[in-house]
Amino acid sequence: MAKGGSIGLKTIFGGMYLTLKHLFASKKRRVMDSVKSDNYFAEQAHGTNTIQYPSQQLSVPEVGRYQLFVEMDDCIVCDLCAKICPVDCIDIEAIKATEAIGQTSDGTTKRLYAAKFDIDMAKCMYCGLCTVVCPTECITMTNQYDKSVQELDLLTYKFSDMDPAFAEEKRRLFDEQQAEKQAAKLAAMKKKEDGE
Amino acid sequence: MNFYLTYIAVALGLFGFAALFALFGVYAERKVSAFIQDRLGPTETGKYGSLQTFADILKMLQKELIVPSAADKILFVLAPVVIFVSVYMGFAALPWAPGLVPVKLNIGLFYIFAIISVETLGILMAGWGSNNKYSLLGAMRSVAQIISYEIPAGFAIISVVMITQTLNLQDIAMQQGVLSGESIKFLGFIDVSHVGGILAWNIFRAPHLIIAFVIYFIASLAESNRAPFDIPEAESELVAGFHTEYTGLRFAFVFLAEYSMMFLVSMLGAILFLGAWNTPLPNMGAIHFADYTTGTAWGILWIALKTLLLVGVQMWIRWTLPRFRIDQLMNLCWKVLTPLAFLCMLISGVWRLLLM
Repeated sequence: MAKGGSIGLKTIFGGMYLTLKHLFASKKRRVMDSVKSDNYFAEQAHGTNTIQYPSQQLSVPEVGRYQLFVEMDDCIVCDLCAKICPVDCIDIEAIKATEAIGQTSDGTTKRLYAAKFDIDMAKCMYCGLCTVVCPTECITMTNQYDKSVQELDLLTYKFSDMDPAFAEEKRRLFDEQQAEKQAAKLAAMKKKEDGE
Repeated sequence: MNFYLTYIAVALGLFGFAALFALFGVYAERKVSAFIQDRLGPTETGKYGSLQTFADILKMLQKELIVPSAADKILFVLAPVVIFVSVYMGFAALPWAPGLVPVKLNIGLFYIFAIISVETLGILMAGWGSNNKYSLLGAMRSVAQIISYEIPAGFAIISVVMITQTLNLQDIAMQQGVLSGESIKFLGFIDVSHVGGILAWNIFRAPHLIIAFVIYFIASLAESNRAPFDIPEAESELVAGFHTEYTGLRFAFVFLAEYSMMFLVSMLGAILFLGAWNTPLPNMGAIHFADYTTGTAWGILWIALKTLLLVGVQMWIRWTLPRFRIDQLMNLCWKVLTPLAFLCMLISGVWRLLLM
């Protein structure tokens, strides 16, 4: 019993000393140090560890794999990202153009308009597969991770800002071109038949 | 007629003090616990989060008072009042400074010890009245614990009373400083009646009272249901123990009682062992520190500092030591503290006969 008592006292004072050290070390605040820093863990051994989030932030790598961003000027609307997406969070509506409508920055010819390019960030699982399959590297992951919204709809990022009237116009033009081609084809067939 | 007004003013003053102290105590507790655990604690409400507890109490005042349908309504509603009033009445006999004591009772110590035991009744009422198995378990544990720990606490106090030969807290306070009418002997041999200061405190007049003080302090932790003796509230097992079912102002009263109890037992410890409102600075040669720093304002300062120091140690202990199991708790009380307290009482008797 005496032995147990002495162990008890010793451990009590040991514990009390430890907490007292922490109590008086608490003047030192958390240093916002990158995880790459050599002192990252050594710094956390002393003082308080709380990160007061909005006013203090840990730096994240510039090439972080957080929210998606699409550079629409470079997009050829190939739909590969939407097809690979495991959770189907990308919704693309393409309109075929009547002719080549320009080039992306890597020289690929664009032949499709994107009437709709929506990414539902509430569904996104941040796997990054879409960025891998993209032939023009227009869809990328950014270092933005903090997004809170009042309504769920606002988490659906709309990257295509195409005017509905403009889209309708392009659709009509394409349909007309198709109709013209069809008519030309029919006329050619008829001529051929007549000729035989 | 006038003295009734004085009574009411004193009562209101003590209540206001208890309420303010509870607010400060909760804030201090949150900060101390946070710093010990390398956190920051409240930081947003007011400078350094200082208005956090005021915001909390404002929220609590607006909450609905819920009485569970299966509860024993009378006991349930009455319990917080009984718990708080019993602690609050204890403040009546505590001296704050020379000549400044709400009620100068010649059985002050006995009165305080008796009145804070009533808290046990309130806790049992709360536990039984809630009609909730966790509440009842908490209340039973609390009662078992408080009644057990009153024995070592009582004997530690008796060993002081045997030295001082009075139950009047103001007389006990008076004996421990330069204002004493009788001679004070440091460690029982050296006359320090005109030196005063820390040398005249009870724990140095009779050094075995240091052990008695430790026993009293441990027992007082148990009596105010604080860690490591917080099995009545054991969050991880019993939700919140006897006050699980309370909401709003009733819950606030239970909390107020807990923090008032902390202050009360600390202040009683300071009065009995640590020289009450007497200064720790002794007269040294031509410089009469003790005479300079004795007076009404100084008295309030010293007693407040000593009490807050003890409250601080209570908080420090709470956030360091893990909770006792019920058998360990009873073991400590009956097999360690009680025999030690008896020994202290015995030494006190011999000390009084041979050395004073």
